[in-house]
Amino acid sequence: MQAEQSEVLDFFRRHSPFSDLSEEVLTNVANNVEIAYFRAQSTILPLGQDNHHWYVIRSGVVEVFRRDGKLYNRLGEGDFFGEQSLMLSRPIRFPVTALEDTLVYLIGEETFNYLFDNFEHFADYVEVEDLTRLRQFTTKREDGDSLLTAKVATLITSLPVSVSCTTTVQRAAIRMTEENVSSLLVIDSEKGQDVSSGSVVGIVTDLDIRSRLVAKGLSTDIAVADIMSTDLIYVQSNHFVFDAMMLMLKHNVQHLPVLKKEQHIGLISHLDILRYESQNSLFVVRSISNAQNVDELAALKQEVEGSFTRMVYQDANSKMIGSAMAAIGRSFKQRLCELAEAELGAPPVPYCFLALGSMARGEQLIVTDQDNALILDNSFEPKLHDDYFKALATFVSDGLARCGYSYCTGNIMASNIHWRQPLAVWRQYFTEWIQKPSAESLLHSGIFFDLEGVWGQINWAKELNQLIRQTATKNSRFLACMSRNALLRTPPLGFFKDFVMETDGRQSNSINMKRRGTAPIADLVRVHALAVGSQARNTFERLEDIIEAGILPPGRGLDLRDALEFIAMVRIRNQVSDIELKREPDNNIEPEYLSDFERKNLKEAFQILSSAQRYMKFRYQPGRVN
Amino acid sequence: MFYIGKNQLARQGQTLAKTKQLDWSGRFASLAKTSKYPSLKAFYQQGVISASTPLLDVPMVALDFETTGLDPSRDSIVSIGLVPMSISRIRCGESKHWIVKPKTNLHSASVVVHGITHSAVADAPDFSNVIDTLLGCLRGKIVVAHHAPIERRFLHAALMRHLQEGIEFPVIDTMAIEAQFSRRKSQEIWRSLLGRQRTSIRLSDSRTRYHLPYYRQHNALTDAIACAELLQAQCVTHLSLDTPVSAIWS
Repeated sequence: MQAEQSEVLDFFRRHSPFSDLSEEVLTNVANNVEIAYFRAQSTILPLGQDNHHWYVIRSGVVEVFRRDGKLYNRLGEGDFFGEQSLMLSRPIRFPVTALEDTLVYLIGEETFNYLFDNFEHFADYVEVEDLTRLRQFTTKREDGDSLLTAKVATLITSLPVSVSCTTTVQRAAIRMTEENVSSLLVIDSEKGQDVSSGSVVGIVTDLDIRSRLVAKGLSTDIAVADIMSTDLIYVQSNHFVFDAMMLMLKHNVQHLPVLKKEQHIGLISHLDILRYESQNSLFVVRSISNAQNVDELAALKQEVEGSFTRMVYQDANSKMIGSAMAAIGRSFKQRLCELAEAELGAPPVPYCFLALGSMARGEQLIVTDQDNALILDNSFEPKLHDDYFKALATFVSDGLARCGYSYCTGNIMASNIHWRQPLAVWRQYFTEWIQKPSAESLLHSGIFFDLEGVWGQINWAKELNQLIRQTATKNSRFLACMSRNALLRTPPLGFFKDFVMETDGRQSNSINMKRRGTAPIADLVRVHALAVGSQARNTFERLEDIIEAGILPPGRGLDLRDALEFIAMVRIRNQVSDIELKREPDNNIEPEYLSDFERKNLKEAFQILSSAQRYMKFRYQPGRVN
Repeated sequence: MFYIGKNQLARQGQTLAKTKQLDWSGRFASLAKTSKYPSLKAFYQQGVISASTPLLDVPMVALDFETTGLDPSRDSIVSIGLVPMSISRIRCGESKHWIVKPKTNLHSASVVVHGITHSAVADAPDFSNVIDTLLGCLRGKIVVAHHAPIERRFLHAALMRHLQEGIEFPVIDTMAIEAQFSRRKSQEIWRSLLGRQRTSIRLSDSRTRYHLPYYRQHNALTDAIACAELLQAQCVTHLSLDTPVSAIWS
């Protein structure tokens, strides 16, 4: 009979993945642990050491390092390490050092293997933690090689090839063949001979020659100026490859000229990026535009989740993830509109399909509602045309629901007649909301202040955004009403043991990170952004404008940005772990799954949000309005 | 571990005069010859590590008794917890925990402290039943305890009572170590000048200084483990691991 380790057992009962094991198994594990104490700064597991134990942290904090000495992870009470070397039967690859005085429980290799082989949930839990690291290990092997951390400059292999705008297409094509390139910069020789941005007037690609010349049966003797694209979208050489990808997705182009201090230093194509990173959201977007029906679109849900988790493994920040997911969401809407038109026939009058809320802000994650609306041409006649648009809205909305974007519970969807109106009516809506505001009326329409056109006449969306910008800035009553609504959702005070601590002392078991964290920050930033007339929609970009406008006390803007990033990443990582564990991802987090490190930082982030809300109250005086 | 009040501790200090035994190997060799009881003889015959053994290589066993009171001549052991250890590992898988029938009645005051009630000891084995196993567990190892005079004197008294021969063995006392390192004279003078209490060297207070976790439960085994963890923390904090064991045993 072994002596019962009541303290150890008690500890295991409180922590996953042990808490899911039966009492009998747990008792056996607890009774056989070894205990070791490590003083702060001392090495626990050196690189290359053989390892035959699984380490569970009883108290204290440890740091896990990569081989190159960079910090990889920080773990606290209830976290564990060493499983990777046990699973692979390899020496330690991630050395571990105590950051604070640390007490660990060591579980023998045989016991670990027994648990891993016999208890699926245990294995899943440990493996998810571990896979994250394994994958990071493989993707991070050559640091700086990732789509997310590499700069555009690394894709450039040669200087851009240029031709004068008077060159014939045939000459240009010969030049392209000689140089083995798929695109050329076009220069206006009167403005200069070199490829500085002042003299470059356009770009010609393989595709232009095919679709604008050959397909139309034009002569190859015409000048390249006649078939070139002139609305040039540039990317800076010091931007991330990811930014280039986002530009291509957003503007639907396949080539981007690269600038460095106003000089053209190269041209990159979508193939350069695809070659660079074979599994990314560009592929998903491509599959979306190739899908032939809603069934095929719905089948892509897993690809979307895969691309989401991959980005997290690649250490993408929340802005990158949010904008990639929004680009994917936008592609779904665009393809569904196209499919709807194919089924219903050409639209009787022009229209614009809108994205609202997180998609418009470029902050979409996996769990998201579809918030959308339709702007119709002013010539719209309800009796004649509404059947068509109602059918189109329903088609898109049902399609989105099947692709994982649940119906909006507030019924803010184009299938709702209120949100399927001509441009003139939309202008009236916004004028009314801004000129005669009430907190009540803005409660449900706040979401329309993040708006983006995704299909059709997207310039109408720009027009509405301009209207908002021109009228909202100076209207203090409107800003007061918006800030009043932005104060409805507040962060919790912090954590106590495994509970969420509310400001009034109540405790709850879980916290909705969207409702209590990212959403109140987005709401708050929107109010300031409207006040300073920012053109940006993304919360991080709005924050930059707000900081520049100088309306926040010094340093607060940056604090808020860090707080948003941290809360968003906790939320994102939680969704990834849900996906990995084959659970339906959600926005709820139970504090017991948070490490000490996360708790501390979350608490701080909540405090920053809280003080930002107090400041907003002071600045916009929401108490004056009703 | 028995929790001693301040006044009691002062009295204990007078009666429990420390006897420095430096040549433990020689002492064990001679006791092995005179000892009659087989498992006690075996205990001495196993011998003891040399005084120069570095801490890193010392086989140890953390030991804790709960007792009916503080006087070994009148009170007796109620429970025993022990866990084998070294400076780097505490091996819970080899730990032991016994409740034994005390010779004397349980004082109600001590019941409050260690939570062992009359009904719990009614079915417990007599101390004589665990002597052989206990001595086997201690054999070849250095005993570690917090306020070791309790364990040392109660074990001696119990063996005298049952075997008519006592026991001598070296101990490492975590409370004495704590007194040495956390109650430096200059610090204590400052504390008293500032009107503060002396630095507490009770087990739980000592553990806090090394950021060891707070343990809710108290029984002889959890206290033995708590003491074992404290010794590891003390050694890596204050001593080098090649320090000879003679520096901390007595």
